Amino acid sequence: MKFKILPILTVLALLAVPAFGQSNRLTIAGSTTVLPIAQAAAEAYMDLHPEINISVRGGGSSVGIASVMTGTANIGNASRHVKTKELATARENGIELYENIVANDGIAVVVNPSNTINGLTTAQLKSIYAGEVQNWKELGGTNKPIVIISRDTSSGTFEVFNKLVMKNVPVAASALKLASNNAVASTISNTPGSIGYVGLGYLNDSVKAITIDKVMPTKKTIQSKEYPIARTLQMYTNDEPTGLTKKFIDFILSTEGQKIVEEQGFISLN
Amino acid sequence: MNFKDKLFNTITYIASFCTIVFLFGIILSLFFEGLPVFKFTTIKDFIFNKDWYPTMNPPKFGILSLIVGSFVVTLGALAISIPLGLGAAIYTSEIANKKVKEILKPIIELLAGIPSVVYGLFGMAFLSPLLIKVFHLPIGLNAFNASIILGIMVVPIISSISEDSLSTIPQHLREASLALGANKWETIMKVVLPAAKSGVINSIILGFGRAIGETMVVLMVAGGAAQIPNSIFDPIRPMPATVAAEMGETAIGTPHFHALFGIAIILFIITFISILITEFVVMRKRK
Repeated sequence: MKFKILPILTVLALLAVPAFGQSNRLTIAGSTTVLPIAQAAAEAYMDLHPEINISVRGGGSSVGIASVMTGTANIGNASRHVKTKELATARENGIELYENIVANDGIAVVVNPSNTINGLTTAQLKSIYAGEVQNWKELGGTNKPIVIISRDTSSGTFEVFNKLVMKNVPVAASALKLASNNAVASTISNTPGSIGYVGLGYLNDSVKAITIDKVMPTKKTIQSKEYPIARTLQMYTNDEPTGLTKKFIDFILSTEGQKIVEEQGFISLN
Repeated sequence: MNFKDKLFNTITYIASFCTIVFLFGIILSLFFEGLPVFKFTTIKDFIFNKDWYPTMNPPKFGILSLIVGSFVVTLGALAISIPLGLGAAIYTSEIANKKVKEILKPIIELLAGIPSVVYGLFGMAFLSPLLIKVFHLPIGLNAFNASIILGIMVVPIISSISEDSLSTIPQHLREASLALGANKWETIMKVVLPAAKSGVINSIILGFGRAIGETMVVLMVAGGAAQIPNSIFDPIRPMPATVAAEMGETAIGTPHFHALFGIAIILFIITFISILITEFVVMRKRK
């Protein structure tokens, strides 16, 4: 008798775990840009509410949105807005994607610290990335070929850059297309003639941010929309958030949550 | 046959059956997701057009630059790893004494145990600035850098398989050659190496498969520019890097998504052919 009870108890315990976990579990997936915010906010929230379990994954904006569609995540992070096609696919599956804007982000244009250029106009930036201007001396700099560094064409950061700067003019085929903000920053720091762009949170002393249309990317200029290359970061949910999902998003939108946003190098909403 | 034997047979049967199911599952989903790309482009345009602008409006799905990129970096890697790997194999198998051999073999094999992301970091943080300085290049992330790193990664494959096949050559062949007045160098080049030819070729093809499928290193150090390179110092964008970099941010079911699976099909066909060639080489040896 004693022998039989143990496996039964084990099975019952296993069944109980997901049932018990339902209301205390939150799964977040998506954009690697939003990831540090989600991660830090989740840790802070779990500190305040030890009974809650939040798991955070990366994967990219599309993965985030797809995870909400398929129900594998409660919250899908995205550094871009949802596309019409994704909205339609979601509706077919009976899911209404709801956008919660959680932070502002600016895309800083950066060059190697040895570069004498301190600012460019959006038009100059566009002609560099289109491959029309190929030497720094054409822009008043030293005689050095320009090394164009871009992000992968499907990253959220590229999409914003493409929309706001390139206006759908193709980036030169010779441009390096790197997989992450970190890769861009570290390549620029050891490549003298290079130019690239990174999320504001990835600025550090090893690269030099330049002004665009005479505006430096700062908290003030991004909040006031004065700086031309800025975007919002969002968390998508299935319909308006309820329950734990709502509590968590409210937490990020609270003063404390927005402080975390700032700590991660992004710009708060207010 | 007793029960235990039967049970054991069933378990091993299930294990081997599972691998077949997995393989066909992967191949099936690869083609199922990849073939729809030809609703948006033709096979000829897909393979022979060099413009890869998947997110432009309208998008361009030409992967010629990616295929060329993959072959440039793979051939570059083989140009480095064949002399190094084969040289190491000949030294450990034919020349080194037993003690040296016992130290050398595990050290070379240790190279194979280093995770590819570590190789990638090395190429990015160390080799790239070095190349800029030494060759006065504008950029250190290029085909040359990726070839060097991949070449080092492929050395243990070529050297250990070649070494295995060299050491299976019967001793009397060497003795006969030496007895006829050939010196050690002539014996290795004219007797031992030709006799171990199929194993050496096999190791090179396996190294080719490893290099062309390697993802992390080319993602990190090849530069990622979708262009046909003018020189070995130009940045390139091999096929696996493209798939790895873009898949995460691509909306499921879009033409771009299918195009990435299309690239995976091409990659699969290339490695499949290389495996067929090794099978053919091994089979010919058995005859």
